[in-house]
Amino acid sequence: MLNAHFWATSLGSVAEHRLSSTLLIVACWPAIALACLFRARSIRYVARFLFPLGALICVALFVMAGSFLMSGHGPEVLTLPLGLPDLPFHLRLDALSAFFLIILGLSGAGISTFAAGYFRSGEGTAPGLLGLHYHIFLASMAVVMLADDAYLFMVAWETMALTSYFLVTSQHRIPEIRRAGFLYLLMAHLGAVCILLSFGVMQGGSWQFTLDAMRSASLTPFWASVAFTLALLGFGAKAGLVPMHVWLPEAHPAAPSPVSAMMSGLMLKTAIYGLLRVTFDLLHVRFWQWGVAVLALGLFSALFGAIFAAVQTDMKRLLAYSSIENVGLIFTGIGLSILFAGSNLRLFGALALAAALIHALNHSLFKSMLFLTTGSVLHATRQRSLGKLGGLIRPMPWVAALALIGTLAIAGLPPLNGFVSEWLLLQSFLYTPQLPHAFINMLIPLGAAALALTVALAAYVMVKFYGIIFLGNARETFLAHAHDANWLERVGLSWLAAGCIAIGVQPQLALHAAGKSTGMLLGQTIAPDPSVWRIAPIAPEQASYSGWIFLAIILVTIAVTFLLVRLLAHGRIRRTAAWDCGYPWQTYRMQDTAEGFGQPIRHMFGAFFRMERDLPAPTDLTPRYRVHIEDHFWRALYRPVAAAVQKMADAVSFLQGGRLAFYLLYSFITLLGLLVFVL
Amino acid sequence: MRGIAFVWQFGEVILAVALAPLFSGWIAQCRAWMQNRTAPPLTQPYRMLHKLFYKDAALATNASRLFRTAPYVLFGTMVLAAAIIPSVVTDLPFARAADAIALIGLFATARVFQALAAMDIGTAFGTLGARREMMIGFLAEPAMLMVFFNAFLLFGSTALTTLVDNRATHPSVIDPSVIFAAIAFIMVLLAENARIPIDNPATHLELTMIHEAMVLEYSARHLALIELASSMKLFNYACIGLSLFLPWGIAIHGAHVGSVLIALAALLVKLAFCGAGIALIESVSAKLRIFRAPEFMAMAFLIAVLGLLVHLLLGANTIA
Repeated sequence: MLNAHFWATSLGSVAEHRLSSTLLIVACWPAIALACLFRARSIRYVARFLFPLGALICVALFVMAGSFLMSGHGPEVLTLPLGLPDLPFHLRLDALSAFFLIILGLSGAGISTFAAGYFRSGEGTAPGLLGLHYHIFLASMAVVMLADDAYLFMVAWETMALTSYFLVTSQHRIPEIRRAGFLYLLMAHLGAVCILLSFGVMQGGSWQFTLDAMRSASLTPFWASVAFTLALLGFGAKAGLVPMHVWLPEAHPAAPSPVSAMMSGLMLKTAIYGLLRVTFDLLHVRFWQWGVAVLALGLFSALFGAIFAAVQTDMKRLLAYSSIENVGLIFTGIGLSILFAGSNLRLFGALALAAALIHALNHSLFKSMLFLTTGSVLHATRQRSLGKLGGLIRPMPWVAALALIGTLAIAGLPPLNGFVSEWLLLQSFLYTPQLPHAFINMLIPLGAAALALTVALAAYVMVKFYGIIFLGNARETFLAHAHDANWLERVGLSWLAAGCIAIGVQPQLALHAAGKSTGMLLGQTIAPDPSVWRIAPIAPEQASYSGWIFLAIILVTIAVTFLLVRLLAHGRIRRTAAWDCGYPWQTYRMQDTAEGFGQPIRHMFGAFFRMERDLPAPTDLTPRYRVHIEDHFWRALYRPVAAAVQKMADAVSFLQGGRLAFYLLYSFITLLGLLVFVL
Repeated sequence: MRGIAFVWQFGEVILAVALAPLFSGWIAQCRAWMQNRTAPPLTQPYRMLHKLFYKDAALATNASRLFRTAPYVLFGTMVLAAAIIPSVVTDLPFARAADAIALIGLFATARVFQALAAMDIGTAFGTLGARREMMIGFLAEPAMLMVFFNAFLLFGSTALTTLVDNRATHPSVIDPSVIFAAIAFIMVLLAENARIPIDNPATHLELTMIHEAMVLEYSARHLALIELASSMKLFNYACIGLSLFLPWGIAIHGAHVGSVLIALAALLVKLAFCGAGIALIESVSAKLRIFRAPEFMAMAFLIAVLGLLVHLLLGANTIA
């Protein structure tokens, strides 16, 4: 009795200080990270013992953030006497950060469990170092979401960039991986500079760098727009928004699969979080024109990502482009929400924002899952190229079955989770004719069509991804001996798959959680449907969706049909060779390759690509087909900038004469100049 | 009251399963008449289904479980679609499970399963069919969405049952955008159901086939389910079209037996005309090259967008 009372009070006190408990949970990760160094070379200790521990911390974080969100408490703040003198760390837990911590905990648990089974000895960096970076990476993402001053935010942001850089380059002996890592670091820092400048503008002359000060700062519309643009550039670079996306398709294939999953599933979301924080929480002035810009960028990224994913031949590059697509969809929702909110249609703004938030949650689940399955495939076959895979559903039934769930989810098919957010997004597009801007009204339905095209293209891409890897016949003989994932990997994948199904059939909870955030950011939540088995964002007469009924009717029909066929007819089956229109000389190389499957897209969207193609002539004795695809941004944007930087560097390189006397002279001149400036 | 709604609901699904092959048979018959051939009997699809259900299934040695499950999933999605689309009554308890946009998603699910199953055996034809089907699919979806956007602007809902209710209570409204939407919808219907000019349901010529290429490896009961599902898909599309553009006769809320019987008769008459119309279009048009399919679908899309712009420019108000 006494014991129960003790637990009740201590649980109660934990519940009252959720922020400090959350911090305690987050602090466990650096502890694990340090523990990784004790026996850095032991796979058993680091991977099989410490990573599952990290996964438990993720679950704890998920539970803590979830209970905070559902309890409906107001924001909690805390000041830690750490950091520089006079610059203590400010922390804050509110609905928005709780929602993103839920994402971090939920997907992080699956990824960490998978990673526990994934790491093998003798691959790149020592497992202990990987574990160190991995767990500090997790902790820094959590701190980004909890930070309440620009200083702590930037420290966590940079820690996140650095640890993920080390994770990406864990196989640093390969030159391409080093190059990919450099590109990633470069883009991350360009983004960080923009964010820093944005914070600088937002403090608005108060020289207080806490986010609270920024909330109360009054900016002129011009400076607010400058701050917003800088934030959009900075967070956009991290999120992989076109045209700042170039690092993504390079970094993801380079990183080990759990790291790709972490970066794509979770790190991109910190950028979404940052943009939401700046746009809806910190800036008071909001213009609908910003929404148009974000919407246009988002839609373009989504379409661009989907089209490029369709023509990829490397499975991880394909998924990286698909991340660009999904980030584009999230930005589309945010843009629509700014547009609505800026035009005083807050209900529809809340709907669009909820769609964006739920899509962020969904993307973290299914994209991590698909990246992890590529890890299993990679371990079983040592092949990343789609052209060498095929037929893996037979040697790897577990991975194939779980990957199918992820594939259907990311393709946006009901009754899985991807569909829910895309449906909500389309719903919010339906209300755009209410906007008071006639011209925008006419353009936005086209945006909805672009969205539908993107979603349908995503289905195309995912049929290609799944069909070429898992279905058909093995294109190489060694594939028959591929082994399935081990049990830790299966548990990790199943966790994520369960999330995909749960949100798909019961989206009420996710909508409720997202509603808390929209309530905080816009002061408006979408009307909750009294019925528990369906969602109806505006009114059930206008539109509603029920994952339960979807699943139930389909499953019941399948069962009834199956029984009827067995009862009335029979179940006899004869196994024979494939018929294939009576064509007997069929080889396994006649199946569609990745290039073949992407060909219609290359044909239709030719303007998007810079393509080099070598077609064999009829007289060639050894015919070879080669196609190389590049996006225009490299030639049109990045190469000129790189050339200009090179040129500037060359121009000033005469300063570097190599004589000490000259350098001392420079110092002297600089000091003189400064003196003049000061006096 | 709710009990009777479930009866209507169940009856409508049974009706769809039973009538769908008849509808396909009717189109085939009309086509044969227009082309001066002797028509097959109306019951031909049923005979074929019966024959297929009682045959032994020949399954490729490397067929996985996905291949054998896909026909059932396909059939299940089409049954669900039939439960959502108001063809006779609007008082459907399950109709709230999905609005028109979710219906697009449902058809996409069916399409993806069929394409995946086609890739499973690993023949050149299967993958070719899957690729073409997915291509047609992603071109058709935006056009279809624009059609529903039109409907939403006019009748203030994407829930099909509400749409029909609103429409039936305002029979006098004539808006030019409806005509644009209807044309676009017919084009999507032809493309999505493997009809001429996009695909030929009767072909076995490898250069032209899409749907047939995907189901080449199926036999017996699996093939029967796929055939039944694809005739149901056509039936469902026809019913969507009828409820969007010709909803008169459908028994709206609080229907009694008499009005349901009238609705049933109206449905049969409308379907007969609709089938004859499809047969006419198929008889007078030639099949397009596969690379012309994007142009066809882009046209459908632009016509639907035009309807939208006409609506917005005329400044007509939303009903309901």
